[in-house]
Parts: sequence; C-alpha cells; structure tokens
Amino acid sequence: MKKVFERPKSLKDTPSHFCPGCHSGLIHRLVAEAIDYFKIQERTIGVASVGCSVFLYNYLDVDVIEAPHGRAPAVCTGIKRVRKQNIVFTIQGDGDLAAIGTSEIIHTANRGENITVIFINNAVYGMTGGQMAPTTLLGQRTTTSPYGRDVQQEGYPVRMVELLSGLEGSAFIARAAVNKPANLMKAKKLIRRAFEMQINNMGFSMVEVLSACPTNWGLKPLEANRRVEEEMIPCFPLGVFKEKIQGSEDSRG
Amino acid sequence: MTKVAKKGKIAILKEICKGCGLCVDVCSQGILGLGDEMNSKGYYFSRINSEKNCTGCAVCAEMCPDLAIEVWRKSNISGNSRK
Repeated sequence: MKKVFERPKSLKDTPSHFCPGCHSGLIHRLVAEAIDYFKIQERTIGVASVGCSVFLYNYLDVDVIEAPHGRAPAVCTGIKRVRKQNIVFTIQGDGDLAAIGTSEIIHTANRGENITVIFINNAVYGMTGGQMAPTTLLGQRTTTSPYGRDVQQEGYPVRMVELLSGLEGSAFIARAAVNKPANLMKAKKLIRRAFEMQINNMGFSMVEVLSACPTNWGLKPLEANRRVEEEMIPCFPLGVFKEKIQGSEDSRG
Repeated sequence: MTKVAKKGKIAILKEICKGCGLCVDVCSQGILGLGDEMNSKGYYFSRINSEKNCTGCAVCAEMCPDLAIEVWRKSNISGNSRK
C-alpha cells in the first residue's frame, strides 16, 4: 500500500492550538501545500497578523515576521519592496483585515503590491472572545451584539472581496470555503493560483476563505460547518471576482 | 493487508485528533465514528469502526483540520486526490 496523504513539507509537525472544528488548520495546510507545490519554501517570508492566525510562525516552516494589529499588508509591502526575489504572504483574520486594518489592505491592494493575502473570514472576533466583527452576519448573536446584528445600529456585513476587486491595483481576488470536500478542492486551487500570481509578478492577490468558529458561534463543529453552507455562503458568494490575465496591458507580468 | 477486497487503510493519530467529527461527516463508507475514549487532552477522538470497507479516498484526511489521519491506498487503483 502506498501512502496517499501526508503532511505538507512546509507545515511543521506541531499540534495546532485551534479549537475542534475550526477551519484555520485546514487553511494553513492549504497554504503549506501551495508553498510545496511551487517549491518556494526556501524563499518565502510569511507575515503573522494578530488574531488566531498569529501562530503562523509555529506551524509553517518558513521565515516569519510579526506585524502590529491590522498592519500585515503594510509590513508585507516593506518586505516585498526590499526583497523582490522573495515570496511574501500573510494570513489575516476578519477582525484584523476588515476592522483595524481596513486602511492598510485597501491601500496595499490599490497600489497593486505584489503580495498574497489569505483572508480567513469567520464572521466574529475569534481570539478575543467572540465580539462582533465587520463581517458578522445580520441577526448573528455575538458578545457585543447579544440581540443579533441590527442594520440600524451596526450596519451591514462588509464584503471585502467585492470591495477590493473594484480597485484597479488588485490582480487576483477570490472567495472560497472549506466546509465540504468540493469547496476545499476549489479553495486549494484558488490559493495556489494566488501564489502563482505573485510568482508571475502580476500584483496583489487575495483569497478570502470562509471559516467556521464553533467556539464563538456557540455551535458544535458539524452545526458550525452547516452554518457556513446555509448562512455564510449566501451572504458571501464564492468564486473568482477578479483575475488579470498575464500579458495584458494592465498586468505587470 | 492480505485480504484482496481491501483497497485502503487509514490510521488516526489519537493524540492529535480533537474529535470535531468532520471526518465522520464526510466518509462515504461511514466507517468512522467518535469513540467514548479520551485522549490526553480530553477529546473523544475519532475511531475506525469497520476498516475493511475503506476505499482509501483520503477525503477524511483532506477535511481533517489537524492532519490527524494518515491514508494508504493500494497502488494499482488509479486516481489520486492529492494532485
């Protein structure tokens, strides 16, 4: 018998700190698989953001710098500008990317920095105890919206993918989910494509991945998984929203 | 490994498994289930109920957030979900 599934080479053999049923572990693995696929482990620099994604440096066997809260895209910009030969990526959560780091991500995308951002959207502040995030769904109960998110008070969920795909600087913007095997395979391809865009010097690439947060949603892992399908995907549609073609006028490649 | 009918084999790393049950949900053969035994972290880890039906499709391993499942498949069966 042949071993058909094993840990990617660039993922360290460390048990993760993620809660049972959290999709972050899956997303980290997909990133590691993409790094292995392009054989870029030696020249990849990761930027750890603040939130559950901060322990990136414990899991991925690449060089990692930690950024202040929300500033990962800005730190990525700095690294990429001085070390063009390196592949620079970050994994950010929604509290980091869509709340405190909104300015950084918008301007980084607008400048078309040649970096890759993996955006884990679980519609809640995971690490700090389940407060409302900008991406929290309407009617969703969190510790700071105990009666459910109300449009009159808190406004609508922010759709970062749609927002960033409207900017001229961005090259590849997509949204994926990992709640079931079919979506997981698509997510794997999109994350790989995002890294490929950077390798080909096409400019800013971002993949938003919808994730469950069973602990802060107050659901069992399988119920949380179903909620991604039933509530999150209708609000955050999946697919590729923007893709520059290599060799076209507006691409850098 | 002597039985001809057996196509695949899985192993669950019980100390890494957190008992989320995502693998149980996706297994097409229904061979997985959550046990009543705890690991050292206090999670009821996933258990193999009837290994002989395993096809080695590796979907459980793909869906495992903690990479707690290892999969082997008979090499003469075509198709590989990994690439």
